[in-house]
Amino acid sequence: MKPKAWSWLVFLLGFAYFALPLIGTLEFSLRKRRGEYSLDAYVWVFEDTQFRETFGYSVVMALLTIVFGMLLVVPTAYWVRLRYPRLRPVVEFITLLPLVIPPIVIVFGYIRLYNTSSFLPMTGTTFGTNLLLMFGYVTLSLPYMYRAVDTGLRTIDVRTLTEAAQSLGAGWVTIIGRIILPNVLIAVMSGAFVTFAIVIGEFVLAALLNRPAFGPYMQLIGANRAYEPAALAVIAFTITWFCIGLMQVASRMTPQSRAKRS
Amino acid sequence: MTAPPHTPARKPVLPLGWLGLFPFALFALLFLILPTMNIVTGAFQTADGTPTLQNIANLFQPSILSAYWISIRISFATALLGCLIGFGIAAAVTLGNLPGWLRGPVMTFSGVASNFAGVPLSFAFIATLGRVGLVTVLLREWFGLNLYSLGFNLLSFWGLTLVYLFFQIPLMVLIVTPALDGLRREWREASDILGATGGQYWRMVALPILTPTLLGTFALLFANSFGAVATAYALTGSSLSIVPIVLFAQIRGDVLQDPHLGYALAFGMIVVTGIANGLYVWLRAKTERWTV
Repeated sequence: MKPKAWSWLVFLLGFAYFALPLIGTLEFSLRKRRGEYSLDAYVWVFEDTQFRETFGYSVVMALLTIVFGMLLVVPTAYWVRLRYPRLRPVVEFITLLPLVIPPIVIVFGYIRLYNTSSFLPMTGTTFGTNLLLMFGYVTLSLPYMYRAVDTGLRTIDVRTLTEAAQSLGAGWVTIIGRIILPNVLIAVMSGAFVTFAIVIGEFVLAALLNRPAFGPYMQLIGANRAYEPAALAVIAFTITWFCIGLMQVASRMTPQSRAKRS
Repeated sequence: MTAPPHTPARKPVLPLGWLGLFPFALFALLFLILPTMNIVTGAFQTADGTPTLQNIANLFQPSILSAYWISIRISFATALLGCLIGFGIAAAVTLGNLPGWLRGPVMTFSGVASNFAGVPLSFAFIATLGRVGLVTVLLREWFGLNLYSLGFNLLSFWGLTLVYLFFQIPLMVLIVTPALDGLRREWREASDILGATGGQYWRMVALPILTPTLLGTFALLFANSFGAVATAYALTGSSLSIVPIVLFAQIRGDVLQDPHLGYALAFGMIVVTGIANGLYVWLRAKTERWTV
């Protein structure tokens, strides 16, 4: 059948709407030198020590978030599948809550609950605040992480693998670390890339907890410079594109995971 | 969804099985549930802890009400337009006989763009539709059309709506494409055989089936844009008073007349997004009967 005219029209209009801002940003980021295109804005950004510090901070945060999220989610999802299948809807509901409660409300709660005069004064020290921010990011990534891991677990026979390992004398740490984790690793990766994309540009949590992350840095540059923000947007978009691309590759490699997702 | 088969084989002997869920429960309690409860209870307390409804009553002052009103209007507009346009694109890709290879890139791009909210998104639109942005300049030079003298402003209701659509439309595409795939070919053929026109098929068969998905996604998009802070903040600073921006300023301490008003503002946000998401879950459950 031939393509219908209306579908091309809709598609091209959509294409224009999504392509123009990207082209516009790229063009704008090259305009710093008067009269010709140059990479000056990028040079300025990469030479800015604050860029390197905040970007490095956010990368470390993202990696820690992924590691901690994995340590939290993989054993939980495994345990729920193995022992408490009836609790699955409850756990799933909890992991979806961060999509319902706006992040700004969650971080407001952190600030009120963990201030210096509370039972757990995390915001009192730099280390504590960093830890709180990391926990906040783990919370924001829960919906994606849990979903990814649970999808991965669905494709393997958790019970048989566990019993086989136990009959060979494996303990729980061995089972989770050397049997379950390698089996769901690809699924975990797909959750990890989304997490990375979210954490790297996150603004609200970092700004309100006063941490020197990449999101607040971008906002600061946006308020004070002309062409550099566009360069930062190009960089951020490239990172997002890269992460989501990797995520899609990872989820395509997960066997049978497409079967029941929609 | 299949539960793992319950084999009668012996279960691992471990009397303290609930310990396996303890870390997750503790984490969710400390970093999700207690902080939210703290806000909710705070909304109904005075500074020294006595119960009150005064904070909620204080929400009904003109400046706060107008913040909620503009937030709700923006969320409504972006959700509605996001649904319509997203539906159009998804329909073009699934039902419009476009070349098959287009579909993969459209879905991948939707995945990227729906995650591309926040500060960089606002930069992209300033670079495109700001006063010296690419489109603004080109329209002026090629067609002599000055957007800004025509009353367009990126830092306005419609400006913000236009920006939000950049992540709203792709989210709709991601959700509705599987639903459109779920429309069985037989339904179309059956209605064709019975002499229905294309319009009748859509009006009497396809749309009634899709309605819960569409309404549900509408609710999700509504909540999605209602809670967004970073995009608007980077775009407008504090000049456009939508609820998340007012709350952000409250927490930052820019506006310090009444700390408990912050709790009430946040509580109001939970109520609005909670209702929107509740609708989503409920309508979603109603559609699953059809698509499974």
